Amino acid sequence: MQNLDTLLNQALDDLNGITDPVELEQAKARYLGKGGAVTEMLRGLGKLDPDARREAGAAINKVKERLESALSCRREAIQAARLEKQLAEEALDVTLPGRGQGMGGIHPVTRTLERIQGIFHSIGFSTVSGPEIETDFFNFTALNIPEDHPARAMHDTFYLDEGHLLRTHTSPIQIHYMMENTPPVKIIAPGRVYRVDSDATHSPMFHQVEGLWVDEEVNFTHLKGVVSDFLQRFFERETLKVRFRPSFFPFTEPSAEIDMGCVFCEGAGCRVCSHTGWLEVGGCGMVHPNVLAHVGWDSEKYLGFAFGMGLDRLAMLKYGVNDLRLFFANDIRFLNQFN
Amino acid sequence: MKISENWLRTLVDPRISRDELAHQLTMSGIEVEGIAPVAPHFEKVVVAKVLSVEKHPDADRLNVCSVDAGLPEPLQIVCGAPNVAQGVIVPCALIGAVLPGIEIREAKVRGVKSFGMLCSAKELGIEPALDGLLLLPNDAPVGMDFRKYHDLDDTVFELKLTPNRADCLSVLGVAREISAMTGAPIARPEGSNVESACQDRVEVTVDVPHACPLYLGRVIRGVNMAFPTPEWMARRLVRSGIRTRNIAVDVTNYVMLELGQPLHAYDLDKLSGGISVRFARESENILLLNGENLELSQKQLVISDAQGAIALAGIMGGEGSSVSDSTRDIFLEAAFFDPAVMAKARVPNLSTDASYRFERGVDFGMTRKAMERATELILVMAGGAAGPVSGEGAALPERNPIRLRLARAKRILGIDLAMDSVAALLERLAIDFSIEGEVFSVVPPSYRFDLKIEEDLVEEVARLHGYDNITGVRPASVMTMLPAPESEREVSVLRKLMVGRGYFEAISYAFVDVSWEADFCANQNPIALRNPIASQMSVMRGSLLGGLVDCLNFNLNRKQSRIRVFETGACFHRLESGYGQKEMLAGLCYGSALPEQWGTATRSVDFFDVKSDIEALFSPFDIAFEAAIHPALHPGRSAAVFLDGDRVGVVGELHPKWVQKYDLPKAPVLFEIELDALSKREIPAFTEISKFPPVRRDLAVVVEEKICAQAVLDVCRSVLRGQKVELFDVYRGQGVETGRKSLAFGITMQDAQKTLLDAEVDAMILQLIEALEKRFDSKLRV
Repeated sequence: MQNLDTLLNQALDDLNGITDPVELEQAKARYLGKGGAVTEMLRGLGKLDPDARREAGAAINKVKERLESALSCRREAIQAARLEKQLAEEALDVTLPGRGQGMGGIHPVTRTLERIQGIFHSIGFSTVSGPEIETDFFNFTALNIPEDHPARAMHDTFYLDEGHLLRTHTSPIQIHYMMENTPPVKIIAPGRVYRVDSDATHSPMFHQVEGLWVDEEVNFTHLKGVVSDFLQRFFERETLKVRFRPSFFPFTEPSAEIDMGCVFCEGAGCRVCSHTGWLEVGGCGMVHPNVLAHVGWDSEKYLGFAFGMGLDRLAMLKYGVNDLRLFFANDIRFLNQFN
Repeated sequence: MKISENWLRTLVDPRISRDELAHQLTMSGIEVEGIAPVAPHFEKVVVAKVLSVEKHPDADRLNVCSVDAGLPEPLQIVCGAPNVAQGVIVPCALIGAVLPGIEIREAKVRGVKSFGMLCSAKELGIEPALDGLLLLPNDAPVGMDFRKYHDLDDTVFELKLTPNRADCLSVLGVAREISAMTGAPIARPEGSNVESACQDRVEVTVDVPHACPLYLGRVIRGVNMAFPTPEWMARRLVRSGIRTRNIAVDVTNYVMLELGQPLHAYDLDKLSGGISVRFARESENILLLNGENLELSQKQLVISDAQGAIALAGIMGGEGSSVSDSTRDIFLEAAFFDPAVMAKARVPNLSTDASYRFERGVDFGMTRKAMERATELILVMAGGAAGPVSGEGAALPERNPIRLRLARAKRILGIDLAMDSVAALLERLAIDFSIEGEVFSVVPPSYRFDLKIEEDLVEEVARLHGYDNITGVRPASVMTMLPAPESEREVSVLRKLMVGRGYFEAISYAFVDVSWEADFCANQNPIALRNPIASQMSVMRGSLLGGLVDCLNFNLNRKQSRIRVFETGACFHRLESGYGQKEMLAGLCYGSALPEQWGTATRSVDFFDVKSDIEALFSPFDIAFEAAIHPALHPGRSAAVFLDGDRVGVVGELHPKWVQKYDLPKAPVLFEIELDALSKREIPAFTEISKFPPVRRDLAVVVEEKICAQAVLDVCRSVLRGQKVELFDVYRGQGVETGRKSLAFGITMQDAQKTLLDAEVDAMILQLIEALEKRFDSKLRV
């Protein structure tokens, strides 16, 4: 039996030194395979008497079991080591930049428009649009601005020919929409508008968004409520102050200028608000009876409010852009700030 | 309009601070845009008389003066001004005075002691351009505080008036508004009737009474034009932004500012015969006061004498009849011209203080009073004898009562109002009204051209009630859900798609250079603006491509090397009558296909990169591309895009001649598609997913170079009905003869009902090979 212990120790030493799976299988054959040392010993049992055979057989089988378990242990260890090695070899520098196309960006004015649409859609306004080349009728006459009215001088108009012009405001969209629909209406109408004017604060083309709500009981307090709510949502300031100031637009009566507390100085007075604490952001009022008459609606039955705001101006105030012209220069370095 | 606060407060003084006054005006709709002090802060400056002037012993250009500044002893002051002289009266800064930028101390100037400084208007900060001592009139009281003497503790309010409030184009008008807002009493400066001192009159005939319902004239003989305009009047004119000229013109301007009625003074000697008010004759000429010779049209209203037009009525006088320093006798005119007629008679680029007021409406109840006021002032300041007022008044605008129903006001404003509170507000406006039940009958005054209908009165009520006192209310309303059509795609979705593919959104002007229209649209007859602001913005765009090429250039000039931009917007074209406008989506790619990155070979973006962007935009719709010619694009590298057989767009490389002309290093790839075509979307309809395994076969065919891949693909798809066919390789070179190319297709076949047998697949492939051979004379590549 001395022999058996030696064999086991030798075999275990042997297996422990193996790191290669092929060698391991060869070692297995050497001990447990046909003609292997342990197999030979088992074969030699036949020469022993039954008692000794049983005893020796049990001892050899024990050795065999030990070896088999050592082998499988070793096999797993080798596999684990190889996996370990593979993983180590395959490790990436995960800090290398990702590859691909990269993202572009939405124009800040569009971004502003989409937010505004979202806010108004949430209380049931739908978005409509209209033509940019307009007729005199839609841009002026139907909006209660007759020919030679001094208010036409407020709109420095680009003309194409007798009767055609570039719309100076989004208000003609109101007229188109009312002519094609029946009350009640509840719409916003964004778009590009054009005026003969160009400096740091005026662009010959800019964007407005128009709102119109006509129904049987729409009044001035609702106008103030909706406009205030909108500005507070848009600037995400619950305490933003909004004030209405008497003004004049031919298509509304009463009319108001919309001021809001300066978002830069919180009303203390700064360069942006010309030290007044207030920023002018738009105009509004109750739809003038003559406008309703132009579309054939009964102004005794229906009341409405309308408002208009400068999209570019809202975008400038929201993002702190200090020059209107940046919106139309299409400098990638500027556009990239809004992606 | 500029208005002096001190002048205003002489008519109405509500005893509130300057800022509060400005605030109240703004909140009443008379926006105070600016408040500017007439002089910077300074003190200890007095009116002083120069008693004697001696040369400085050690300096050629300096004088040593003895100055009476109203102190017990004369002051010794060294002065360098060239216009210093014995006897002049000037402002003098005493020791301790603080002027803009300097503090006056006792000083030694070249060894001579000096106890103050004689000042120029520039040093006092009143008039930046006026060097030299500010010489004061001889009657200026020596020793008086100069600020008081010159009324410098005054501010100028810059008012931004809306066109409806012509009634506030005068100090009286603004005062009336302040009185209505605050309840403070108002003083009325209008003149009383001047007794005639001579009987001369000029015959006046109004040929067009509807255009000129009221025309008053008066002769004033023996006016001494040499008298200077008094300081106080000149000051008020200057602070209102009007230059002083001569006593007659200054008085007419002054009364216009004060009462709002424009007046005109003619030199009586230069008139021949009677005066008539008529429309101009075709091509009649007039030399205006500003030196411009104007050819008139029949829309223009003129004042005429026997010789012809002597003034453009209500706009500007003529040079020939104007008053000058040598004028002795004047003919003074005060008239009311119809606003609508004046608006039609407008002369481009000729807006005067008078025309501005007449177009908006002048208070015809004030015309006579203004005439008297001006006469009074001229007589007091320049002497003379006034004749009787002549002229006629025809049909003045009617002031019909306007109905104001309390219920209507409450309904429009959404606030609670009572009869007595509305009555109190109307009383503050000093408007005539009567009451019947719950209805007011309001007669608008002659100065309020903006009060025509009930809503105008509702605004007055709201204004006086205070817009600030009307609280916003969130409306309660019937909640109707908005429609949500799934078969339409919002443009915002398309924008996000473009952004996801690396494009930045641009916004360009819709008016472009005329050459862009020719180059990119081959449009020789573009839609031109009549009044463009610049030649490169003179025609309406027929395409977005020009703007994108311009954007590329702008960014290349700023050292950007990779540019991907897109734009959505209207493009314009002519219709048989009028104009059409179509919303388009266009894009431009330039530089490397991918942003600079590791592990990817850098290559320039090409046609096919952009084509895949277009396919992604239309997905899941199948669109077709066909080689096409477009003026902006390379004829061999451009395609038209078809959706359901309709041409909906183009894509291609910029034409090499434009690459050269627009100075680009390389050609960008551009596309432009009709937005309508992109806005459709299919509502998905479920189909069963096959449970049977797919079979993949690859097939390479060699065809002539001129055969389009699309044509081959179309045949594959039609033969293999519904099976998936993808082109995965195009090969030219070894093994393929010159002039031909190999197209390799991956074909995936599957049946929804059963597993396809090899024999079935082989049969289909064989059928395809035969079809291709027949159609394209193709050969199988092995």
